[in-house]
Amino acid sequence: MNIIVPIKQIPNLTDELEINSDGTNLDHDALQYVLNEFDEHAIEEAVLTKESAGDAVRSAVTVIGVDTTGELDSVLHTALAKGADKVAKISGDFPRGTDSHTQAKLIADAIKNMSPDIVMTGVQAADDRDGQIGPMIAAHLGLPYVGVVTSVAAKDGKAVVHKEYAGGVMAEFEVTLPMVVGVQAAHQPPRYAPVSKIRQIAKTAKVDDISGGDPVGSGSNVRKMFKPESAGHAEMWDGDPAEVAEKIVGMIREKGLLK
Amino acid sequence: MAVGLDKIEPGKIIEKEHLIVEGMDISGHWNRMFEQRVIWDYDVDKLEKVAALPGGESLNWCYGCAKCTAVCPVDIVGDYSPRKIHRKTQMGIDLFSSPDLWLCTTCMNCLRVCPKEVNMINIMPAVREQAVLEGYVPAELQKAFEDTAKHGNPLGQPQRKRADWIKKAGVPVPIIKDLKRPVDILWYVGSYPSYHPRGIDAASAAARIFNALGIDFGILGIEEKDDGDSQRLAGEKGLFEMLAEENIATFGKYEFNRMVVTGPHEFNAFKNEYPKLGADFKVFHYTRFLVEHLDKLKPLLKKPINLKVTFHDPCYLGRHNGEYEAPRELLRAIPGIELVEMGRCRENGYCCGGGGGGMWLDSFSKEHTTMRLSERRVREAAEYGADVLAVCCPFEVSRFEDAAKSTGNDKLMVKDILELLDESMRG
Repeated sequence: MNIIVPIKQIPNLTDELEINSDGTNLDHDALQYVLNEFDEHAIEEAVLTKESAGDAVRSAVTVIGVDTTGELDSVLHTALAKGADKVAKISGDFPRGTDSHTQAKLIADAIKNMSPDIVMTGVQAADDRDGQIGPMIAAHLGLPYVGVVTSVAAKDGKAVVHKEYAGGVMAEFEVTLPMVVGVQAAHQPPRYAPVSKIRQIAKTAKVDDISGGDPVGSGSNVRKMFKPESAGHAEMWDGDPAEVAEKIVGMIREKGLLK
Repeated sequence: MAVGLDKIEPGKIIEKEHLIVEGMDISGHWNRMFEQRVIWDYDVDKLEKVAALPGGESLNWCYGCAKCTAVCPVDIVGDYSPRKIHRKTQMGIDLFSSPDLWLCTTCMNCLRVCPKEVNMINIMPAVREQAVLEGYVPAELQKAFEDTAKHGNPLGQPQRKRADWIKKAGVPVPIIKDLKRPVDILWYVGSYPSYHPRGIDAASAAARIFNALGIDFGILGIEEKDDGDSQRLAGEKGLFEMLAEENIATFGKYEFNRMVVTGPHEFNAFKNEYPKLGADFKVFHYTRFLVEHLDKLKPLLKKPINLKVTFHDPCYLGRHNGEYEAPRELLRAIPGIELVEMGRCRENGYCCGGGGGGMWLDSFSKEHTTMRLSERRVREAAEYGADVLAVCCPFEVSRFEDAAKSTGNDKLMVKDILELLDESMRG
C-alpha cells in the first residue's frame, strides 16, 4: 500500500489576522504558519490505513508539500514522528499564500511517478476554503476522487470509504485503487508527536527536495479583502436573577422554542 | 499496600534448622534462617528497566525504610509513595504503563528525608519521557503538551494575546522591545499570570507595586514563551528544550541587569535548568526581590488588613530552592495581618498538586486519589482558622480557590501575596 499525503501550511487562526496594505490579501509575512488541521487528519488516517493494511513491509506513507514558508521541514519532521515513512518538499519561488491551483499542479507533477495507491489529503483548508486541492490533483492524475471522508479501509486493490453528507447522511463507497481521498476527519483523533521524538528525528531525517515548475495561477483576482463588519449586537439583561429568568423564559416562548 | 501483584509463582517460605551458605554453616539458635526469600519469586526486570534509564538509577537504592511514605503528600490522599513504587516495581508492576507514574508532583519532600537519596525528581521525568515517546500519556496532559508546543503556553491561548493583560493593570507596563534601551529588571511574567483571570489579578498587582517603587522594568510581551519546566518534569524533555532555546535566544536580544519572575517554577527553570543550556543571568523570585525593597515598600503599606492569614510554601520556592523567609517577611510587613502557620509548613510544607505536570492531570489524579491535594490543603488552612490562604505561585490561586469551593470552605479567601500588598498599598 503506497499512500501519499499532500499537505499545506496555512495562517494560524488563533493569531490576529492582518490584512495587507492593499486590502487585497492577508499580510502573510506578519502571520505565523501552521499545518492545516484537515491535513493533520489526513496524515493520521494514512498512518492508520497503513497500520491496518497488515502489509508493513511494502506499505509506506509519504508526506509531501509545497514549501511556501521555508519552514516546511519542521512540519515534515512532525509527520515522520507520527508514523510517516518518507517526506518530500517542493521548492521554488512559491510565496506564502500560494494559490491552491498552483499547489495542486506542483503536487500532481511531483507524485505522478510515485505510483500511489491512495492519495489522501485534507478535504479543505481554512485559508481559501475552496476544497479544490484534492479534486484538482485527481483531475491532473486522472484518478477518481471522494471527498468529506471519515474513514478508509483498503484491501486487495479496493478501498471502502465513508463519506459524510449534509444533514447527517452517510454513505459508503467502494472504490478501485488508485484513488484520491479528501479527509474530513480521521477515525481517531490525530496522535500527539512528542517534541522529544521530533527533535530526535530532525537530527537524521532526510527530506527529499523536489524542484517545482512554474506557478499556474488560480485565474482569479481578489479585489478587496476586509474584516467582517458586525451587523448587530447582543442585548444584555442585568438585574434581579428571578426577573431576568422570567424575561428569558418569556423570550423563549415568544420565539416558539418552548412548547 | 497490596502484595502478591503479578507474582510469577507462589513463594514458599521455609524456615530451616540448619543452613549452609557458600560452604559456611551459619546455623545457630540466634539465626532464623529462611530458604527462598519471597522477593526471589518475582521478576525484577521491571525494576531494572527503570534503573537502567539515565536518571532512574536511584530507584534501586531504596531499602524500604518508608520515611518517604510518612511525608508523601499523595500518600495522605491515596496509596502511594516512592517506597511503595519501589516495592511494586520490584514485584513486577510496570511503572511505564501504571497510573502511579503520573501521580508524583515532584514536590521533593521524599528526597528531603530519604537516607538513600532515592531521587523521584530524576526518576519520574526519566520514566515519563519513555512513556511519552511510546504514546502512553493521559489525554489532559497531552492536551497541555500540544497547546504548549502550538501556542507557547499550556492554556492554549493565542501567543499574540500574551500581553493583553497589561491593559487592565491601570499602570504602565513597558514592553522591553518598545523601550529600545537597557532596563534594570526584566520581569518574566509567566503563562498563568499572563492569561488566567486570577493570574492576571496578581500580575496587575505586581505591576502597580513595581511602579510605586519606581523600579525600572520591562516585560517581553508577545515574545515571552512558557518556561517549560513542568512539561519537562511531566516527561516532555524535548518540548522543554525547544522552549528553553527560544526563550534564551529572546533573553539574549535585550540588556538587563537582573530578571524577576512571578512564579517559583520559572524561578527553578531559570536558576537551575536554563544555565545547563547556556543561559547566564541572575534571577529572583518576586518575594526575595521585594524584600530587598522593603524599606521603601513598608511606608506604602497604609491600609491595615485585619485578617488571619496562613501561608502555603510553594514546593519549588521552598524545598527546591530553599526560600522560606521572603514570603513571610512580606506578609509580616502588611499592617493588621495575623500570620498563623499550618502544621505542614516550610521544609515539610504540603503540596498543592500542581507541580511536575499535576497542573494538567487534575481529573486523572482525582480518579486515583480520595481527594485532590489542593482540597486536603485548604481543609488544613480552614482547620487553623485562617481567613486567607496566601500563596506566591501562579498555579495555586485557581487550584486552591476551586478546592475551597469543592470542600465547602467558601469563606476561605485565596490570595497571592502580591494582591495583599497591593490592597494594603492602595488604601
